[in-house]
Amino acid sequence: MMETKELNIPLGMTPERWEKFNLVSRASGERMTLQMGPQHPATHGVLRLELETDGEVVTKVTPYIGYLHRCFEKMAESVTYPQIIPYADRMDYLSSMNMELGYVLAVEKLMGIEVNERVQTLRVLVCELNRIGSHCVALGTYGLDLGAWTPLLYLFQAREHILDLLEELSGARMLFNYIRIGGLANDLPNGWTDKVREFCDFMAPKIPELNDLLSYNKIFIERTANVGVMSPEVAIAYGVTGPNLRASGVDWDMRRDAPYSGYENYEFEPQLGRGEFGQVGDCWDRYIVRVREMDESLKIIRQALDRLPDGDVKEKIPRSFGKMPVGEVYISTEAPRGELGIYLVSDGTNKPYRVKARSGAYCAVSALPAFSVGVLIADLVAIVASIDIVLGEVDR
Amino acid sequence: MNIPQPYLDLAIKIVYLVGVLLFLTVFALLAVWFERKVSAHVQDRLGPMETGKWHGWSQTIADTIKLLIKEDIIPIAADKKLFRLAPYVVFIGSLAGFAVLPFAANLIGSDLNIGVYYVIAVTSLVVIGILMAGWASNNKWALYGAMRSAAQMVSYEIPVALSLLIPVIMAGTMSMEQIVHNQAGGFWNWYVFRTFPFSLVGFVIYFWASLAETNRTPFDIPEAESELVAGYHVEYSGMRFAIFFLAEYGNMFVVSAIASTVFLGGWQAPFPFLEFIPGPFWFIGKAMTLVLIQMWIRWTLPRLRVDQLMHVCWKIFLPFSFANLLLVGLWVVLVG
Repeated sequence: MMETKELNIPLGMTPERWEKFNLVSRASGERMTLQMGPQHPATHGVLRLELETDGEVVTKVTPYIGYLHRCFEKMAESVTYPQIIPYADRMDYLSSMNMELGYVLAVEKLMGIEVNERVQTLRVLVCELNRIGSHCVALGTYGLDLGAWTPLLYLFQAREHILDLLEELSGARMLFNYIRIGGLANDLPNGWTDKVREFCDFMAPKIPELNDLLSYNKIFIERTANVGVMSPEVAIAYGVTGPNLRASGVDWDMRRDAPYSGYENYEFEPQLGRGEFGQVGDCWDRYIVRVREMDESLKIIRQALDRLPDGDVKEKIPRSFGKMPVGEVYISTEAPRGELGIYLVSDGTNKPYRVKARSGAYCAVSALPAFSVGVLIADLVAIVASIDIVLGEVDR
Repeated sequence: MNIPQPYLDLAIKIVYLVGVLLFLTVFALLAVWFERKVSAHVQDRLGPMETGKWHGWSQTIADTIKLLIKEDIIPIAADKKLFRLAPYVVFIGSLAGFAVLPFAANLIGSDLNIGVYYVIAVTSLVVIGILMAGWASNNKWALYGAMRSAAQMVSYEIPVALSLLIPVIMAGTMSMEQIVHNQAGGFWNWYVFRTFPFSLVGFVIYFWASLAETNRTPFDIPEAESELVAGYHVEYSGMRFAIFFLAEYGNMFVVSAIASTVFLGGWQAPFPFLEFIPGPFWFIGKAMTLVLIQMWIRWTLPRLRVDQLMHVCWKIFLPFSFANLLLVGLWVVLVG
């Protein structure tokens, strides 16, 4: 009897809390099934959550995905290696540069290409710019879901700046197709680095402004502290990565622990959740980790600008991809929404035999039922906002 | 003229009612435009700029026309009678409040001797309409919105009533007209500054609780867009939605107007030498200032959770307003 009872406790809930929750929710006994999404404003696109509710208390969450499935992996099998890059762009459309980088690094590893330092530095530069832009959207929509409209607009101004910079660089505002196998699409336009420096000076004071407006707002803290606590065990068990994992206090950042593209040469600190207003791994921690990461990204951008060496942004690579080495590679990179892993199998033709993408947001969604049971509907909105998912990346 | 007096009275009342309806409509149109501009400037945007050329002043008029000519949709599963009725109940709730608003000396729909009491009573009607809308829509989100609204009402009504009793004690009357008369002769005679700081605290509590009454951030819990999609009016579109909207803005004005009547001297000028300016200017000006503050708060703060609203209302506002009421009563007895 005892055994079955303990087995029923959802991961991430202490027995005491579970018992308390049962006392409250089992009293009435009747549950209502509520479909949250796919057209719900707080599900960040087309996620569907099937909620079992008792009054306003959520007793069960089941995420359903696939509404934005675009067959990335299958399509990748029928186009040539360079043609996949635009598809990779579309996975996490808010941080396309990071998606491109992950895929391109995998192909380069397969082909054994070493790119020069200018290419590496520029890749880091654009990826970090894109990471800031992506976090801007994440934090802005977070505020929006909790009823604060204004931070979104302020953050979008900053993002607009980034999009302008990247547009000047690549010609596109969201789906850049800039990082190519063996290099980049083109070198920097004249005066671009100065504009990036200007952006850094513009962005640095925006972060304290955001803190004043939202992060340390009493209502915001009340809404997010101690809500949706993801313990490190839950996070690791579900393979949650990126800012969500770090917010739970696990010190793990691919950029530092398995460096790629020359990240080992930069000084930055992965930001961990400290549980300042509640427990480690609550919604507020997941929020503030992203805010602090924007600061760290600015640091990396400044370092990259300082060291930018000369060189050719296009390495000499085979003109056609007809003779690829046979084999398989896996590479994982730190995208804004967690670890992006690309697994590539080559059978020697110019098209990959198999491409598998491992996305951070997908794991974050799958962990949702584990740590969001027994919360109110309003809290669930905060939790979904805090894990920062992009359905393009979840469904691929 | 041999029109009997009762008919004449009735005619005057109807004219007044039409006047108030016109005022309410024009106010709502202006306030929606104003809110868009306020929110835009808070957020470093421009807001509507095209329609009507000058700062997009006619944007809301265009939007209203669009809403009026939209298809009238009633969900198949809805309770059709209640569904149709609900917006009007909400609207009547906010319109009835206008009956006792003194726009100027003798410019009042009906100077009831229980004016304050009446206001508290009729503004609660809005919640009945919201409950009807939420229930009749036969939509789970709407139902949640309606239930939240009911929970919210029992929380804010008591602090509101207790805070409104403070000026009533000080004036010794519930007649709105009389309360304003008692505050004549400059802003230092306004009730918000008398019995300092108790009535000021009462005013602040009333203002925050009235945000809950008008369902505005940080208490926009019943319609919480990102949680309940749109709450109780999720199934409404077209003209019925426009009426909800009208009622919401009407309500904003009513609660602000009550605050300015009982705390801020109503149509009295802030300085005696400004008394040549007619009363409606001061009255509407004061109410609009409070409406502006409501908008300002809305576009700055996040939303509270429903249990946090209860906490604020029951554990903070209620004891404070009780203590306040006692202290003001004591002050009136001792100081006079």
